[in-house]
Amino acid sequence: MIEAGLRRYEKINDEIKSFLTKNNKCTVKDVNGQRYIGCALDEGKTIEIYGTPGNDMACYLNGGKIIVYGNCQDAVGNTMNGGEIIVHGHSGDAMGYGMRDGQIYIKDKVACRGGIHMKEFRDMRPVLVIGQNAGSFLGEYMAGGTIVILGLNLKRGEKLFGTHCASGMHGGRIFVRGSFPKENLSDNIKIEKLNKDDEKELKAYVKKYCKYFGADFETVMSKPFRKLVPATSRPYANLYTPN
Amino acid sequence: MIGYIPRKFTVIRDNDLCTNCGGCVSQCANECHSINAEKNRVLTNSNNCVACHRCVDMCPVSALRIEKYICDYRNNANWTPEYQQEIVRQANTGSTLLSAMGNPKPYPIYWDKILLNASQVTNPSIDPLREPMEIRTILGRKPDKIEIEKKGKSLTKMPPQIILETPIMFSAMSFGSISLNAQKALAMAAKELGTIFNTGEGGLHPDLESFGKYAAVQVASGRFGVHKGYLNNCRFIEIKIGQGAKPGIGGHLPGEKVNVEVSNARMIPEGSDAISPAPHHDIYSIEDLRQLIWSLKQATDATKPVAVKIAAVHNIAAIASGCARAGADIVVIDGFRGGTGAAPTRIRDNVGIPIELALAAADQRLRDEGIRSTISLVASGSFRCSSDIVKAIALGADACYVASAPLIAMGCHMCHTCNTGKCNWGIATQKPELTKRLNPNMAQKRIENLVNAWNHEIKEIMGGMGINAIDSLRGNRLMLRGIGLTNKELEILGIIHAGE
Repeated sequence: MIEAGLRRYEKINDEIKSFLTKNNKCTVKDVNGQRYIGCALDEGKTIEIYGTPGNDMACYLNGGKIIVYGNCQDAVGNTMNGGEIIVHGHSGDAMGYGMRDGQIYIKDKVACRGGIHMKEFRDMRPVLVIGQNAGSFLGEYMAGGTIVILGLNLKRGEKLFGTHCASGMHGGRIFVRGSFPKENLSDNIKIEKLNKDDEKELKAYVKKYCKYFGADFETVMSKPFRKLVPATSRPYANLYTPN
Repeated sequence: MIGYIPRKFTVIRDNDLCTNCGGCVSQCANECHSINAEKNRVLTNSNNCVACHRCVDMCPVSALRIEKYICDYRNNANWTPEYQQEIVRQANTGSTLLSAMGNPKPYPIYWDKILLNASQVTNPSIDPLREPMEIRTILGRKPDKIEIEKKGKSLTKMPPQIILETPIMFSAMSFGSISLNAQKALAMAAKELGTIFNTGEGGLHPDLESFGKYAAVQVASGRFGVHKGYLNNCRFIEIKIGQGAKPGIGGHLPGEKVNVEVSNARMIPEGSDAISPAPHHDIYSIEDLRQLIWSLKQATDATKPVAVKIAAVHNIAAIASGCARAGADIVVIDGFRGGTGAAPTRIRDNVGIPIELALAAADQRLRDEGIRSTISLVASGSFRCSSDIVKAIALGADACYVASAPLIAMGCHMCHTCNTGKCNWGIATQKPELTKRLNPNMAQKRIENLVNAWNHEIKEIMGGMGINAIDSLRGNRLMLRGIGLTNKELEILGIIHAGE
């Protein structure tokens, strides 16, 4: 176990890296905003974090697993390439920026630009599951992968997502549960019913969410889900004319 | 017909020479040539001609020639045919104008207004053919001071350094914007020449993974192809904030160009648009830039220098200083004449400033702040010849990036239509029937020839100045004189006028 306290991130990350050369699991306690924890962590390695990890936690995550007992700051899972992140709390801005594979489960809220520019490639299909709600620009530039947003424990007047949702989205899918603010959706988005494959996919993610955070699967699934997809995969096809 | 735009060129066929072999028909991807079966003759429709000279070059009997097509408009210095035609184009389509290659407008080119010095009598000139001449260039962060123990060994741990055998590097051109054969040629030439090529934001194709030691890998806003393996298989990492040809604008590789191979390198599905947003969405301040720089250092255990590439814009000096203080080991400044595979015309032609002024201003600012010696400064944005490079180094650059020059070496004729994806020379295209025209080994040889020739010219110019190491030329503005420049221009360039 490593006590982070108020020490610099370089030191702590060096300690974590060296600990993980001989062990597969590392617990870090009393984390106070130290950055880059779990940066490029490889498959088979796990880090458990207690406290509030700083920006760019799990950036370039490379198959490793990170569990956070607390809230996260900005750019969680930045440019992540695979692995799993489980956050027992909230997450800051630009979470999952450019993520290509792997799964992120956030128990509560996600701030602005969650899942921005998520993409997919062959069998790499990133997944982002948000328990409560998300800020503006959720799924901006989204090019692939899946976002699930459950709207659990919303207070009266709170919306499922903020403005400009899925702006510039040209791939992937967002599953939304219950009522959602249609006025916050961008123009190029279609609302569809889930097909059988979607249902199967969604259930698998919800099951995991419930397992991680102790929610009741039947209750979560009792509300209807809808799928948000881009109306065209080429929203900017006619933007340019050769001069 | 409303919407008519006169063609730009006419292909002239000398029917006395033409054997109607049809070679030009198969060479032109723009479909200018066709065979009339009835008459058994090759015909030409010049409307699509871009003056790439492929047919002219390939015609076995030299029967073809290209001429500017002139359809006169009434003289008007303000409403030139160009502006009128662009309006017609936009009225036809409702779209943004898109151009390729660098800014072609007649803005001042300061390289042509700067003269170099040579030694006479005192401090004699040096002959590089017979005396050692050092152009080896070392990039990377340098410590503020070095502690030396009694026996003379350094106690200071040096940050990672990049040793280049020439001050000339190949700037970012992604696989996607250029063909794999073109990128291969650059990679192989970089290896032979002891320099680096730059992947651009296109990832590193599996075929080029073995060239990691000669690659700068780019991390741009779309994060295409960026993963741990990519970041660790390179000589240095370059964060692309801006590009001289389109400062403030992202990139957009249309789905048509994302074939199987491009999709593998970028790690996105085939046929999908590859959109690089204008900003990095994790950088909203200089502190955030620092965060990205250090995240890359964390991901590579601080074994790779990190460069930050910015476009030359107003306040460039302050921005360059900010990048250096944010932790960039190398700051790259890309001038507004820098090339591109595609950029909105209005941006390319109107945004940014010349590299000469930007470089001089940034170098001076970093010196004034006492941090110039801790980082490397790389200039980019149109070097046409070796003397441009010598002038840039004397203005303060550690090294220069070139891209258009090696493209011309491998066959490019500057037809400015890279964006159409129909490059007849197999460079700026992904069509297999066109890319196979570029032989990477031949192109490699031609690039090597060019850089070796420039290297020798640089040595010759340095020798003439009585300088035998490029380090003594760097920032040595006394070797420069301005000609026909205003006092303000001389002040910014930090040089005095010829005759002074």
